[in-house]
Amino acid sequence: MTREAYHRAIKELEGDLEQMAAMADVAIKGAMEALVARDLEKSRQIVRNDIEVNKKRFEIEEKCIRLIATQQPMAVDLRIIAAIINIITDLERIGDHAEGIAKISVEPLVKPLVDMPRMAEKATSMLERCMKAFIERDIETARNICNEDDEVDAYYDKIYGELVHLMIEKPTLIKEATYLIWAAHNIERIADRVTNIAERVVYMVTGKMEEMNVSKY
Amino acid sequence: MKDKFTIKDLNFWYGEKQALKHINLAMQDRKVTALIGPSGCGKTTFLRCLNRMHDLYPGNRYHGEILLDGRNILDKGLDLIKLRSKVGMVFQKPTPFPMSIYENIAFGLKLMGVKSKGEVSGRVEKALKDSALWDEIRDRLHEPALSLSGGQQQRLCIARAVAVEPDVILMDEPCSALDPVATAKIEDLMTELKQNYTVVIVTHNMQQAARVSEYTGFFMLGEVVEFDTTEKIFTAPSNKLTEDYITGRFG
Repeated sequence: MTREAYHRAIKELEGDLEQMAAMADVAIKGAMEALVARDLEKSRQIVRNDIEVNKKRFEIEEKCIRLIATQQPMAVDLRIIAAIINIITDLERIGDHAEGIAKISVEPLVKPLVDMPRMAEKATSMLERCMKAFIERDIETARNICNEDDEVDAYYDKIYGELVHLMIEKPTLIKEATYLIWAAHNIERIADRVTNIAERVVYMVTGKMEEMNVSKY
Repeated sequence: MKDKFTIKDLNFWYGEKQALKHINLAMQDRKVTALIGPSGCGKTTFLRCLNRMHDLYPGNRYHGEILLDGRNILDKGLDLIKLRSKVGMVFQKPTPFPMSIYENIAFGLKLMGVKSKGEVSGRVEKALKDSALWDEIRDRLHEPALSLSGGQQQRLCIARAVAVEPDVILMDEPCSALDPVATAKIEDLMTELKQNYTVVIVTHNMQQAARVSEYTGFFMLGEVVEFDTTEKIFTAPSNKLTEDYITGRFG
C-alpha cells in the first residue's frame, strides 16, 4: 500500500513552500535596498513582485486542499500539510510587510539608516534559518529562532526612541520620521511572522501546538 | 471511565502457530474502539477472542486473561452461549438467515427463551429501531430477509445482535461489502449504538476508524504496536511503525 505519487506530491509542496519563502526573503532584502538608496524603480518592482507572492500562496493552498480532498492525509503528512497552510499565510503577510517598506522609499530620508538594515538582516536571517529548520525538521533551531525575536524587538525600541526624539527636536520632520517608524514596524512584524513559522515547524515535528514567542507589541 | 474489557498478557495460538503475542489493553464501556493493521496482523484473531469464536474450531489455544466486567472469560466452565449473547458479533458480509426479516430477529430471542409473542414483537421492533432500519422496512417485516439490500441486510444483522441486549458488539469489517451510502448509514448507527453498547470494530479503512472510534489499536505481527485515543493515533502517533502504516509508507 505504499503511496509513492502521494508522497511525491507532498515533497513537491515542500519545494513550492521553499520557493515562496525565497520570494518573500528577496522582497524584504530588495525593499530595504530600495529604502536605503531611495530607489523608486526597485520599489515599484517589489510592489509588482508581491502579486507573484500572493499568487504562489493561492497555488500552494489549492494544492494542499486537493491533497486533503483526494488523499485524506494523516499523522505526519497531515501535520506537514496543516503546517504549510499556516506558513503560506505568514509568508504572504511577510510579502505585504516588504511591500509596505518598499512604498515608504518614496519619502525623503530624515537620517542615514544604520540600525534598520541590520534589523532587516536579522529578520531575513531568521526567516532563512527557519525555512532550513522546516526542511531539516530541526526543532531546536526553530525554538532558538523564537528567542532571537527579542533582538529584533530591541532594534525596534532603539529606532523608535531615536525617531521620536528627532520628531521632538524637529517637528517639521514628523511625517518623514513617522514613515520610518512604519518601516521599522514592518520589519518587527516580519520577525514575529517568522516565529509563527517556527511554531509550525515544531508542531509539524512533534504534533504539539506551542506558543513560543509572546510579543510585547 | 469504566473498562468493559481488560486484556492482560493475552497470547493465542492456531495449533502450533502463535497469532497473538502479549496483548495488553483495555476497552472502555460505551465507546467505539477500532482495531487497524495490515492483513494477517492479528486484529480479527483478537476480535474473535473477545467472544471466544475460536472455540468453534479444535486446536486453538488461549493464554492470559480477557476480563469482561472484571470476570475472566477464558475461565473453564464459562457458558459460551451466554458469553456470545453478551458479546454479539457482526461479520464482514451480511449473514441474514433464509427466513423473514421478523424471524431473523425473533430467532435469537426464542433461543433465549423469550416466549411471549407480545414481548418478542416488542423487542423485534425496538431492535429494528435501534439499528435504524425500522422506518425503511416496517411494512415488510414478513418478507424474506434476503430481499433486502446489502446495507439493509447488514443493519438487520446488527438488529439481530442488538435484540438479545448484549453489552458489547464486535464488528469485523462491517462495511467492506457495502457501498458508500450504506457505509455512511452503518457509521452513523455506530455513534448511536455506543450510547448503549461497547463497540469494537476491525476495519481496513483507516478513515473509517478515524471517523467512528474514540480509541484505536494498531496491530502488527500479532502484537499491539500502539493503543491510544483515535485523535492521537491519526494526528501524532507515538510509534514510527504506526506512523509509517497510517501514512502508507508500508503495508
